[in-house]
Amino acid sequence: MSKLTDLTIASALTGLDNKDFTAVELAQAHIDAMAEHSALNAFITETPDIALKQAESSDKRRASGDAGALDGIPLAIKDLFCTNGVQTTAASRILEGFIPQYESTVTQKLFDDGAVMLGKTNLDEFAMGSSNTTSYYGNVINPWKREGDDTDLTPGGSSGGSAAAVAAQICMGATGTDTGGSIRQPASFCGITGMKPTYGRCSRWGTIAFASSLDQAGTFARSVEDNALLLRSMSGHDPKDSTSANKSVPDFAAALTGDIKGKVIGIPKEYRVDGMPEEISALWQRGIEWLESAGATTIEVSLPHTHYALATYYVIAPAEASSNLARYDGVRFGHRAKEDDLTDMYEITRAEGFGEEVKRRIMIGTYALSSGYYDAYYIKAQKVRRLISQDFLSAFEKCDALLTPTAPSSAFAIGENEDDPIKMYLNDVFTVPASLAGLPGISIPAGVDAQGLPLGLQVIGRPWDEETVFKVAGVVENLAQFAYVPQTVKRLPHD
Amino acid sequence: MSLDKESVKKVASLARIRMSDEELERMMPQLSKIIGFVEQLAEVNTDNVEPLANVVDITPELRKDVVNDGGYADKILENAPEETQGYFVVPKVVE
Repeated sequence: MSKLTDLTIASALTGLDNKDFTAVELAQAHIDAMAEHSALNAFITETPDIALKQAESSDKRRASGDAGALDGIPLAIKDLFCTNGVQTTAASRILEGFIPQYESTVTQKLFDDGAVMLGKTNLDEFAMGSSNTTSYYGNVINPWKREGDDTDLTPGGSSGGSAAAVAAQICMGATGTDTGGSIRQPASFCGITGMKPTYGRCSRWGTIAFASSLDQAGTFARSVEDNALLLRSMSGHDPKDSTSANKSVPDFAAALTGDIKGKVIGIPKEYRVDGMPEEISALWQRGIEWLESAGATTIEVSLPHTHYALATYYVIAPAEASSNLARYDGVRFGHRAKEDDLTDMYEITRAEGFGEEVKRRIMIGTYALSSGYYDAYYIKAQKVRRLISQDFLSAFEKCDALLTPTAPSSAFAIGENEDDPIKMYLNDVFTVPASLAGLPGISIPAGVDAQGLPLGLQVIGRPWDEETVFKVAGVVENLAQFAYVPQTVKRLPHD
Repeated sequence: MSLDKESVKKVASLARIRMSDEELERMMPQLSKIIGFVEQLAEVNTDNVEPLANVVDITPELRKDVVNDGGYADKILENAPEETQGYFVVPKVVE
């Protein structure tokens, strides 16, 4: 039998049903892996005691025939989801020691289905970043290394801890959030699959807000099917979030038929950006050929406002962030500076509590929303956002899904791209447009570059059509046959 | 467009983030660069385009206007840096 930590969620569920192993054994194997890989710094808070307790209850439920859809599956939770009684930090000093007294809807749904929580994963502070280097709790290290080179690489961001934990086989799946690419880009950098559903598919209640019109919860796992299983559990209407959709949740995994005959896949010509590495162009071309060989037709489509997506995003996201993060004032929760004057207390609390990138974005957002600039920046960006959204809707009149690269590069070294915020922002050039349009998107590992680092392909679908996204992604997964494992996992002696 | 130090100071004050002179100096070129980058939006013709605030086609539902939550002040105060007798405590505001 293979190691328990090698299993997919789907196969682990079968193993649990067949009594090949117990949920407690499965949890323990992952708790051991978590200890083994602690140098990756993937977790801010580890919760092995909770995991074992949940696993014990899971074994009892399974014994009495009451097992839920994810019963006994060990997961990691991005530390942006509030978890009742367990510290939730958003990777910020300002929330150090914050213990929510309630459970986010997404985590509650996972627990209702029997999932087991191993811990809370590291991220960029308030999910602002593309390299997981802005966390107050330190950088996350990508389990992958360049061949013959021990330099630490970033796992991408913002959900870097979740992606690293899944890639290093510390957990079977993890939650993430995606505002401009924070699931898809780290999935690509870590050689795993990550899915951002349609905006409104999952409730945002109890998820710490960054940019409310963009934030959406999603999933990480090592197969497309596992992502489909997790997403089904997490999705659904929630009266506590008026932007969560009152739509029935399909059995996403049932869409994985492998049959894409007659589907039309759009290839957006504006994504052929200058300076794209040859390896990524070549991988994209292979992806097109895979889909054609499976019976789909590919056509070139145009998304003419793509070029303006990043600028639009870097007005809207900071503007909403500056408003959302106004709540951190040292009064109700979190860090508080010891000052006798109220304004001093506010200003110094926030100066001490927020890191550099968060301050920068709050400042940009405050500027964009300030009197005299609101129309020129925020309203203008919202108008361009409509044009970007319309580009996609027009494209979807001619095709069923889009295929693009996920990111313009493979994982880079920690500290690279830090000299210039714009350079860092360019990481999200292929993921931000779909976020602005609220569309479902998935990244599937499809190959490696010359340095042996994983590269992802992205499938983007129509609003609410996650099923086609999963279906097409499943075909890419089958034909890519991505069987690489990070060196960090390979190098460690197996017991 | 480039932001001068006074403008950055004003924004920091609006954002309620205390910044030293040194931080203001450091922030100034970074903010100017980002503002310069987003100003390319001015090139886009948005005549007769409505701003997009809600990206998907769902109409938020109204719930009944009734009290349906509450009654747990202790939980609300659980994470307060300072509290007394069921209230949050802030530095003295009026003399």
